[in-house]
Amino acid sequence: MPIHDQGYRRYLGTRAAIGKAWQVMARAGVMSVVTKRIFIGMMLWAWAPFVVRAVQIYVSQTFTQASFLAPKGETFREFLDQQGLFVFFMTIYVGAGLIANDRRANALQLYLSKPMTSAEYVAGKLAILFLFLVSVTFLPAMMLLVTQAVFAGDLTFIRNNLYLVPAITLYSVVLVLLASTTMLALSSMSKSARFVAVMYAGLFFFTLALFNTLRGITGSTKFAWLAPTAALQQLGDSIFRLTPRYQLSPALAGLAVIVLIAGSIWILLRRVRGVEIVT
Amino acid sequence: MPDIPPIPDVQAPAPPTARFEGPVVKADSLSVRYGKNRALNDVTAVFPPGAVGLLGPNGAGKSTLLKSLLGFLVPEKGSMKVLDLDVATAPLEIRERIGYMPESDSHIPGMNAVSFVAYCAQLSGLPAIDAMQRAHEVLYYVGLGEARYRNLETYSTGMKQRIKLAQAIVHDPDLLFLDEPTNGMDPKGRDEMLELIRDLAHNKNVNLILSSHLLPDVEYTCDHVVVMDKGTVATYGPIAALKGTTGRVYELRIKGDEARFIEVLKAAGYEVHDSDEDVMRVFVPGATDDSAKVLFALAAREKVQVRHLRPSIPTLEDVFARAVGEA
Repeated sequence: MPIHDQGYRRYLGTRAAIGKAWQVMARAGVMSVVTKRIFIGMMLWAWAPFVVRAVQIYVSQTFTQASFLAPKGETFREFLDQQGLFVFFMTIYVGAGLIANDRRANALQLYLSKPMTSAEYVAGKLAILFLFLVSVTFLPAMMLLVTQAVFAGDLTFIRNNLYLVPAITLYSVVLVLLASTTMLALSSMSKSARFVAVMYAGLFFFTLALFNTLRGITGSTKFAWLAPTAALQQLGDSIFRLTPRYQLSPALAGLAVIVLIAGSIWILLRRVRGVEIVT
Repeated sequence: MPDIPPIPDVQAPAPPTARFEGPVVKADSLSVRYGKNRALNDVTAVFPPGAVGLLGPNGAGKSTLLKSLLGFLVPEKGSMKVLDLDVATAPLEIRERIGYMPESDSHIPGMNAVSFVAYCAQLSGLPAIDAMQRAHEVLYYVGLGEARYRNLETYSTGMKQRIKLAQAIVHDPDLLFLDEPTNGMDPKGRDEMLELIRDLAHNKNVNLILSSHLLPDVEYTCDHVVVMDKGTVATYGPIAALKGTTGRVYELRIKGDEARFIEVLKAAGYEVHDSDEDVMRVFVPGATDDSAKVLFALAAREKVQVRHLRPSIPTLEDVFARAVGEA
């Protein structure tokens, strides 16, 4: 008897409802990354600032001579600004190949021949990047807030700065969404993860250079909307109730960020198709 | 002692009956464009259950039709139904019940075969444990049991074809779309792949549509055929019926002015197809047993010598040639 006579049987078990494939994708994507040594090293590196800040809080709460180190509302804003570096590297490491590799291997037609829409595919990929970026922004920032309360032994700081909880949440979400949607949009435009990484870094540095050039020529920072990072900083200052650093309306900065996110999603939904049409 | 309920067996042998009665695919006045190029032009076809070959030369629109049925392409006009579900309104419900083996090399990077197939099963809605179990079984079925822990990127072309079949059948679909499944395979691998497809269709009762430009593949595995040419359906029906049309095919070799004799045969209403070594295949419509005499009479009249005349078994090649008008 040929071996294939033994192998194929009917499946009469249960099936998940349509609309859950993105969770399968997200789970598989996360599992494929967390086992890599580079990722573990990167994650440890990204959490190092948290450890330093936690020590700073501990020292300020334990020794009165070091009370000048005590955290303020700005501390959390600065912390998230610092984490921007890790967001940049994590986005490139995890995100560059998310769609580009699928395009290289013609996997899109496989995915979309399953009971899932292109929006669901994008959601699955977005969830992977979103999760990792949240783990280096929102999670350590909130942990820092909790650490402060633990070392202080009371909730006075949190009570006095209650706005920090929504501010950290909102800023982290905007930061992570901007980075992940932009990276995924770029990833959907190429079949090479390396090229995508270069494009992302190029976009990051070129827009910043453009903004700084215009700033040098005009002496004004009104053009901060040209650089997503600068627009995000301006928006962050507003969210954390700080004096804005650029001469740009926070609303305009917010609009620039929204336009970039919406544009990226539009590109994604156009590029993620079961068939590539070249006319 | 309390009664212990039996553990339900989620896997069962293939049933003896077909999974879906009635036409598996219906296309009605379907037109699809790629920019300015019309790939499908007013295609109307009904695909019965069982194994149906979608036959046609390269560029005939076979893959476009499959991609339209999957919902990858939005038609310019017309409608499609797969398993009695409208492609326009229920694409996900359709994709839940079909398996697709694409023509081009496709895999999910960074996975070994068993992870890949189990992952595809989960994407189709199977629970993780069932998905893994079926992945192992299906990989054995397609002949990749020993190589199932190897990374897909190390697979040969033939193995990649098999893995594509495995991911298409792992969730036990009611209908399979196979797009050029023997592409790039060596003769032995090709035979094995055809054997698998035939087994799926005839012993496992999986409905399938096999798109191919290779006539022997279709003839070996399928019962019905839809012949496409230049974006339209040239002919369709059961292969046996199409081959056994009211007519007879003769292999004929002559000595004399061959070109002129071909013209004479055509003028007499016969179809003539050139084949190798000066042998022509002559299709005599509505032929009776004495139709060979007619050919001899024509040859005598045109003063050409018949060196070889043999009734031939009609093949799918004849059906194909007639349908697409090759001479």
